[in-house]
Amino acid sequence: MSELAAQLREWRAAIERLLPPWWSKWWNKGLAALLLVVGVILPFLTGSNSGFLNGTIVAVAYAVMALGLNVVVGMAGLLDLGYVAFYAFGAYCVGWFGSGFFFGTRVHVGVSPAASRLAGIHLNFVLILIAAVVICAVAGIIIGLPTLRLRGDYIAIVTLAFGEIIGVLAVNGQSIGVGGGMTLTAGNLGISAVDPPWFPGSGSFSLLDLRPWYWLIFGILLIVLFVNLRLRDSRLGRAWVALREDEVAAVSMGVPLVKTKLMAYATGAAFGGMAGAFFGAYFTVVNAGQFAFGFSIFILAMVVVGGIGSIWGALAGGLLLGYINNYLIPDVLNNLPQSFGLNFQLTSVSFGIFGFLLVLVMTVRPQGLFPERRRKLELTGEVAAQDAELGSEPEGPA
Amino acid sequence: MSPDATASASAAAPAASPAPPILLAEGITKQFGGLTAVNDVTFDVPARSIVSLIGPNGAGKTTFFNMLTGLIRPTGGRITFDGRNITRARPDVITARGVARTFQNIRLFGAMTATENVMIGYHGRMRAGVFGAIARPPWVRREERQAVGRARELLAYVGLRPADFERLATQLSYGDQRRVEIARALASEPRLLLLDEPTAGMNPQESAALSAFMRRIRDDLNLTILLIEHDMRVVMGVSERVTVLNYGSRLAEGTPAEVRANPAVIEAYLGREGNGTP
Repeated sequence: MSELAAQLREWRAAIERLLPPWWSKWWNKGLAALLLVVGVILPFLTGSNSGFLNGTIVAVAYAVMALGLNVVVGMAGLLDLGYVAFYAFGAYCVGWFGSGFFFGTRVHVGVSPAASRLAGIHLNFVLILIAAVVICAVAGIIIGLPTLRLRGDYIAIVTLAFGEIIGVLAVNGQSIGVGGGMTLTAGNLGISAVDPPWFPGSGSFSLLDLRPWYWLIFGILLIVLFVNLRLRDSRLGRAWVALREDEVAAVSMGVPLVKTKLMAYATGAAFGGMAGAFFGAYFTVVNAGQFAFGFSIFILAMVVVGGIGSIWGALAGGLLLGYINNYLIPDVLNNLPQSFGLNFQLTSVSFGIFGFLLVLVMTVRPQGLFPERRRKLELTGEVAAQDAELGSEPEGPA
Repeated sequence: MSPDATASASAAAPAASPAPPILLAEGITKQFGGLTAVNDVTFDVPARSIVSLIGPNGAGKTTFFNMLTGLIRPTGGRITFDGRNITRARPDVITARGVARTFQNIRLFGAMTATENVMIGYHGRMRAGVFGAIARPPWVRREERQAVGRARELLAYVGLRPADFERLATQLSYGDQRRVEIARALASEPRLLLLDEPTAGMNPQESAALSAFMRRIRDDLNLTILLIEHDMRVVMGVSERVTVLNYGSRLAEGTPAEVRANPAVIEAYLGREGNGTP
């Protein structure tokens, strides 16, 4: 195994020596440009409402969520198991501000002519996105506050509980009145007839043509990716990593604990809210049953598979698990067991498949598919040798 | 006895000419449940001096440091730094006021490079927030460039090879990690530097070099240094004043020569002389 890896590294080094020096400089930029072009023209390579395009849209939205959770879990090292709460808040933003749910009110800002005649609050999707970002950031801070004095696994337990509280609140919200006979949520009945996004010139999005939906979530992904990269290479991003590495040392060096941690929670939550708002509109219904604990774990699995702390890893992990969950298992391989004479469908064992994949990644490549640059350096053989050397160093005064 | 000690004993003039104390701790007490780790300790550190805090293991030295830097809150007493009460201030606020420290067991950020480690020390002197980081206006770019430049300057100043600047902290040798930790502390532009056993694990040559380095940073950067140290050669050579803690209480205080001659200190370190011992 390690011999094979060493051989591969050797070959790679040999190939790199053959390439001209400008190659490595332009390689990353070229690759990014290529991926961008492929990303933009992708919908033209498939039918306008094919299962593949649907799977892609959901996978990209998952990737946005994974990027958000990566800020909290990966960069700042705060194990958040209640991330589904921000999916819920984002989705309910669409339910509240983009449907006839609050039937006693009439507010219309920048919506399609059809929607502007309806009762309820109807805001343009961009405004809903902004509302989702603000509401989720505030919710992230509120959920983060009680975890500030905790470390490690205890943070996981508190956030898990909060995720569950939000889920139960969503179910029981149909009994919480907000005046005029209106309620906070519609529980398991769901808020339906959600406005499809509408922009001047594009018309209302329809589920018969998925391409505009794709470009919308692709645009959201680009924004989130850009913000992530900027934050990583900033004073704030460094402070998150420092807190993750050694909280005591970080605060002693002047990193404000409360502010920096809450900023991580708020940022991660805001990204989750954007994806949640998109999901709310795309699924055309906001149903309390969507916000289950398993979803938090699913997003966490994306981050872990991709490489904890790595932006490109979270992107890759989100896309990969998103594709497997929404295209490969239900559309492509679903009837595979039957062709072997087995009496079940692959979708019914999807969680088993994800569990297997997680174990596989942890065994074969524990640092994830695209490890964080810092961790990659950490995991090289040189460090192991150094550590062994340090271990033999005399400890303490003679 | 050694010429070094007598030289620094005569340099301990601040005891006579009253320099205003930069740090003043009055009646500091810390109880962990029933255990009194630090008991009613009062002492002060004159500005621009080098003061040592010594004592047997478990005497409460590091607990005392942790209270000075805000990591733990004293049960009683009052800490004044530069005329301002910092007894219950947050660690980052205390750092911003001008107190920086290193740790007994090196606590660098393992997944960050040497430069990034030092830039964390500079954190409190930078202003970019979340929106500044995203939009990255010119002043943020300038601030980042300055921070990188200063971090490299400091790394060079503490004697790290430029080839090691961008290596991960965990990849550096033990001595270099100590250097980076001091550079990180200096990056916060402190006026009081707390060093917790800086020579732990060093050989005599390295310890001597570090003693010289402590004097140099004191003079170059106009610093006050308070150190916890077990290596008596370093303590006697570098400090102008020594405070001895034992079982959380102040046992003795004075110039290195005075402390060395103090029978209570000898007893704390070596035990009481038995009757039969010559």
